[in-house]
Amino acid sequence: MDREPNNPVIEMRKVCKAFAKPSGEPLAVLADIDLSLPEGEILGLLGRSGSGKSTLLRIAGGLVRPTSGEVLYRGQPLSEPAEGIAVVFQSFALFPWLTVLENVEAGLDALGLAHDEARRRAMSAIDLIGLDGFQSAYPRELSGGMRQRVGFARAIVIEPVLLLMDEPFSALDVLTAETLRTDFLDLWIERQLPTKSVLLVTHNIEEAVMMCDRILVLSTNPGRIAAEIPVPLAHPRNRLDGEFHSIVDEFYSILTSRTTESIGAQRKIHGGLAQPLPPVTTNRLAGFIEALASPPYQGRAELATIAGTLALDIGELFPIAEALHILEFAELQEGAIKLTAAGRVFAQSGTEERKRLFSEHLLQFVPLAAHIHHVLTEREGHLAPIVRFESELEDHLNPSDTEKTLRAVIGWGRYAELFTYDGETRTFSARNGSAT
Amino acid sequence: MEQHAEVLIGRPWHQRVPTWRDAVATLLMVAVVILLGSGARQMIAPFVTAQQPAISLSPAALPVYAIRTTLRMLAALAASLIFTFIYATPAAKSRRAETVLIPLLDVLQSVPVLGYLSFTVVFFVSLFPGTALGPELAAIFAIFTAQAWNMAFSFYQSLITIPADLDEASRGFRFSGWQRFWRLEVPFAMPGLIWNMMMSMSGGWFFVVASEAISVGSIQMTLPGIGSYVALAIQQRDLAAVGWAIVAMTITILIYDQLLFRPLVAWADKFRFEQTAAIVVPRSWVLDLFRGARFLRFLVEPAGLAVQAGLRARLALPRKPRWLPVFALSRRAADFAWFAFLLACLAYVGWKLVQFAEPVLSWADVTIAVSNGVLTLLRVVVLITLATVVWVPIGVGVGLRPKLAEKVQPIAQFLAAFPANLLFPVAVFLIVKYALDPRIWLSPLMILGTQWYILFNVIAGASAFPTDFREAASSFRIRGWRWWRQVMLPGIFPYYVTGAITASGGAWNASIVSEAVNWGPTKLNGSGLGAYIAQMTEAGDYPRIALGVAVMSVFVITMNRLLWRPLYAFAQRRTRLD
Repeated sequence: MDREPNNPVIEMRKVCKAFAKPSGEPLAVLADIDLSLPEGEILGLLGRSGSGKSTLLRIAGGLVRPTSGEVLYRGQPLSEPAEGIAVVFQSFALFPWLTVLENVEAGLDALGLAHDEARRRAMSAIDLIGLDGFQSAYPRELSGGMRQRVGFARAIVIEPVLLLMDEPFSALDVLTAETLRTDFLDLWIERQLPTKSVLLVTHNIEEAVMMCDRILVLSTNPGRIAAEIPVPLAHPRNRLDGEFHSIVDEFYSILTSRTTESIGAQRKIHGGLAQPLPPVTTNRLAGFIEALASPPYQGRAELATIAGTLALDIGELFPIAEALHILEFAELQEGAIKLTAAGRVFAQSGTEERKRLFSEHLLQFVPLAAHIHHVLTEREGHLAPIVRFESELEDHLNPSDTEKTLRAVIGWGRYAELFTYDGETRTFSARNGSAT
Repeated sequence: MEQHAEVLIGRPWHQRVPTWRDAVATLLMVAVVILLGSGARQMIAPFVTAQQPAISLSPAALPVYAIRTTLRMLAALAASLIFTFIYATPAAKSRRAETVLIPLLDVLQSVPVLGYLSFTVVFFVSLFPGTALGPELAAIFAIFTAQAWNMAFSFYQSLITIPADLDEASRGFRFSGWQRFWRLEVPFAMPGLIWNMMMSMSGGWFFVVASEAISVGSIQMTLPGIGSYVALAIQQRDLAAVGWAIVAMTITILIYDQLLFRPLVAWADKFRFEQTAAIVVPRSWVLDLFRGARFLRFLVEPAGLAVQAGLRARLALPRKPRWLPVFALSRRAADFAWFAFLLACLAYVGWKLVQFAEPVLSWADVTIAVSNGVLTLLRVVVLITLATVVWVPIGVGVGLRPKLAEKVQPIAQFLAAFPANLLFPVAVFLIVKYALDPRIWLSPLMILGTQWYILFNVIAGASAFPTDFREAASSFRIRGWRWWRQVMLPGIFPYYVTGAITASGGAWNASIVSEAVNWGPTKLNGSGLGAYIAQMTEAGDYPRIALGVAVMSVFVITMNRLLWRPLYAFAQRRTRLD
């Protein structure tokens, strides 16, 4: 298949997307996205959850309309799903009532092909993707890896010009994901696919560096293109390669500096009250601190390394790191994380001491927790409905971040024994014996 | 038609030789077609209200009656299915249609079906004068109104809960509306729809029996069927004939369960949305038979392929041409116009109703109807409580013993499907014989048929109760009352509420036939709203029938809103672990 590097398959100009807040005001999810995806390229979109990367992919597929800006698919404005664009979903999105063969054929329904022609194309896609012998199986009889192969077969059967992949490997275990990635790359490099370009959304840095020719890093709230990094490595790429490693490290330092910058910026707004908090359980925080305090790290680790040993992807690692940075138990700096003095003490202490320390840090460094605590002590009855804090937060955050932030502060507050929360009545109460 | 891929992609033909399975399957198919066909032919026979076919009380006549009754049921079920697709689809897709259709459905569901039978009979008889089609359609319509609403609700619920990823996948494939409907929406809704069809069918038997022999004022209508057979038996005080009817009904229900629903449930297993393999796969010998009958399948394959091709065709509406002026109205303005229109309609209907009721109804009538309603409400509450006290412990006991549950569950479901009104004569006979007070002893009839919903839902809840919870409870030595209060009752609560909602709705409806019953010339009147509606129907007093029905609807809706819905929401919230 010919791939003409000067022909953009999809272009976006000043694309913005906003959703309506409950109050009716718009809340920006994506802002000023400019991108161009030429033929022959695998473009990666890397970002944390909430960076709008999945929304961006859906805009490219015509599934979601941008609030403003222009999307061009092969030079024509795109306003709804177009012929030649196929999506591979994180959750596979297979029809459970159709067999593998019927699922693949379903992709062809809209083309109105003759029955025989449809069957021939479906069979050849199944063959290409390595599903031979599974035609008559139902998705629920298949393993996750096999299901995603059906997802791929269903996408390539329509011979897409543009293939959109929304975290296609993240629901799979490590080994299966690796096999599928390699198989896909082989087909791509050997040009067995009719596809001209690929847009890959991921939060796995190594996966992005492994597969993409160019990677865009999205920032959060709202999502903007924060950095653009080319990956000039030849396929097949090797994870142990020095160059591979230095690109991965570069990502970690970009992401850490963005995280610390954004934490710093949030602290200045509204007294830090609307600081979005990552909903990480205290068990995870404690476990991470312990791992970081013990050998071989002795209190300092490269994020790329510790992510590997603890088997965490950035979607898991960064929330932990961010929480520890906010609570000042650790400090993020240029792709590395380092325990603070308090962090070291925490690692050495017993349960009671840890709770006391955690509660001190919570009051001192998380203005929202201090605020809730203050309201509860002031009030008679020591009760406060969550709605009150919800509405305060929603002035600054989107509903999903508000929910996460409150979930985080509830978990942390409970652990610190500062306050407790009753999910039934949706109220906070001061921690004075009325524990549920 | 179920298509196995390997057959279609060109495997050898050697299996396509007729086998014994083909013979049996063909026989079965032909028999069903002939039986139903002969019944259908009689439906359009001439019919004169004055000289109706005589009903014979001979047991030999019962098979034919059973077929005709079943045919009405199936016709109504087909009508309900079509209604479901047509009504629920716009309700799920258009926000504005939803604001009208869903509350309307909610009300329709709460209106006692038997109450407005009188109106529809008159309507259909005048629509097709001189043929049996009029009364037949009236009966079918009565069954339809007992079946359609919950099916439509279930379909609507499924449509609005379609998973986002499947929705995006379908849009990504650029399915047309038609393709999306058959590829995504109908399959996704299938398990809920089939379950509700079974529930509807069970409910329908009750009404088919009540609607075959009906007299509204001067119009007397008798359609050959099990219902009119029983009506005649009651008139002639023939207890043996009632016994025969019960036997015939039992056999009919067992047959349609084997021939229709079991195969349907076994076939629909593939539409389950959960991605895990099922532990217990529903089976049906009929489905196995037809799946095994390869020669027969080979013969009908072209038809199957044609149907599939039809469902997969695009059939898209032509797009709106660009040159057409866009009638642009802001969303807010359009909403405003829509609601103004609705309000106007509502005001008009309300005004018409007042005009209709004012000359004949007084506030005294309303007071009488409402006080009767209170009496019936009292009965429903007491009976549901009694049924709960009896069936919850028994249901839990059965549900926790899988072997026993396997045997009891089908019996409970059968009892729920059995039209309890066939048993009324037996009860009346006893009341008359022992000279009991009808106001008390007629009451249990209301719940005779619907109490089983509580039983089988509780059994289902107890069977589904996680084993590890039970083991945890026993390892902490939680026993006695504490075990019930903290372990078991919360575990079965959502199931119980589901059963109790159905049971109470059914009891209201049943009150119309159970609060006033006859045994030959003996009339027993238990008073209550049901008896009120029944009396007014007999007298042909339309304004008061309407009043009774309206009051009952208000009672049912209020009870649903104030009691069942909050309970249901509470059960959903409280017993979720995630």
